[in-house]
Amino acid sequence: MAPKRGTPRISRNPDLIRGIGKYSRSKMYHKRGLWAIKAKNGGVFPRHDPKPKPASPAEKPPKFYPADDVKKPLPNKRKPKPTKLRASITPGTVLILLVGRFKGKRVVFLKQLPSGLLLITGPFKVNGVPLRRVNQSYVIGTSTKVDISGVNVDKFDDKYFAKVAEKKNKKGEGEFFETEKEKKNVLPAEKKDDQKAVDAALIKSIECVPELKAYLAARFSLKAGMKPHELVF
Amino acid sequence: MPFKRYVEIGRVALVNYGKDHGKLVVIVDVVDQNRALVDARAMVRSQMNFKRLSLTDIKTDIKRVPKKRTLIEAMEKADVKNKWENSSWGRKLFVQKRRASLNDFDRFKIMLAKIKRAGLVRQELAKLKKENAA
Repeated sequence: MAPKRGTPRISRNPDLIRGIGKYSRSKMYHKRGLWAIKAKNGGVFPRHDPKPKPASPAEKPPKFYPADDVKKPLPNKRKPKPTKLRASITPGTVLILLVGRFKGKRVVFLKQLPSGLLLITGPFKVNGVPLRRVNQSYVIGTSTKVDISGVNVDKFDDKYFAKVAEKKNKKGEGEFFETEKEKKNVLPAEKKDDQKAVDAALIKSIECVPELKAYLAARFSLKAGMKPHELVF
Repeated sequence: MPFKRYVEIGRVALVNYGKDHGKLVVIVDVVDQNRALVDARAMVRSQMNFKRLSLTDIKTDIKRVPKKRTLIEAMEKADVKNKWENSSWGRKLFVQKRRASLNDFDRFKIMLAKIKRAGLVRQELAKLKKENAA
C-alpha cells in the first residue's frame, strides 16, 4: 500500500532563521510520533528489507574498445526562436521591399513564419508579388496598415515554400546526349488557388481605402531632395 | 536700413535652438548684453541667450518681470497665439512641420493630387490660349 502522494510533505519544525528550527531533537521525536511507531513495532523502529532485485543477465565484456578516448560534446538543449519582429511590423503593415526582384514594391505583410522570415503577398493582382517569404532586414516597415482580419494564413509555413525535390535520373550514356528535360517550373494549381484565396479577402479591404490600391501598385524610389534619415515612413 | 524689431520688455520671440526649440516666449527682462529673462505659459521662467531667440513682430504690453498670471493675461490680450498662427512666418513653420511628418502613403497621395491639379491648370491654360488665338 503506497503512501498517498497527494499532499507534499510539510516540515513540522518551523524555521526561526534559515538553518535553525524551533524545536529540539527530543521535541521533534515526540512531535513526529516516532515513539508510537516504535511501540506498535515492539520497541524497535520498523525496518523493511530491500526488495530482492530481479536477476539481471550476466554482462559480457564489450567486444570493442575504441582506440582513443573521444570526448563527448556537452548536450545542447537550446530551441531556436523566430527572430524578434521590429515593433513597426505588425500583421497588415505595408512593407517596402529593398532587395531582390521586387525591390521598391510596396507589399502587405501577413505573418511571421517559424523560421523568422516574413510572409508577404502583393497582392498578386495589384502588383505582381506572389505569396513569398522575405527577411526582415531587407524591408522598410511603413506606418500604413491594411485590415487583414478576413484573411486566413494558417496553412502557410516554411515547408510550403520548400523546393520540390526532383527525381534523380539514373546515370546512363543515352541521357548525356539528350537535351535536358524541360526545366520549366510550372506553378501547381494548388498554389495558384491559395494565392487567389488570400488575395480575394485582402483586395476587398484594400479597396475600402481610397488610393491604397494605386499606392500598392506603384514602386517606391528616392527622388531628389528626399533624405532617408529624415523621412517618416 | 534701420532696425524694426527691438529687444524690449514684452517682445515675443521664437526659440530657435535647444530644448524649447519652436516655442514662442515673451522677453520679460534683460539680464545683460547677451541674455534675457524669458517666460511663456507652459515653461518655467528662465534666462536665454539672445542668440537662441528670433524676434517676431508681436509685442505684449507688460511691465518688467510681471507675475505669471499677469503675463498670461497680457498674452491673451495681445492675442499672441492667433496673430502668430495667421502670420506668414507662423504658417510656414506649421507647413514645414506637417511636411516633415508625412507618411509614405501621404506622400503618394500628395503626388497624385499635385498631378491632378497641374492637369487642371494646363487644361484651363489651353482653353485660354485657344480663346486668345481665335
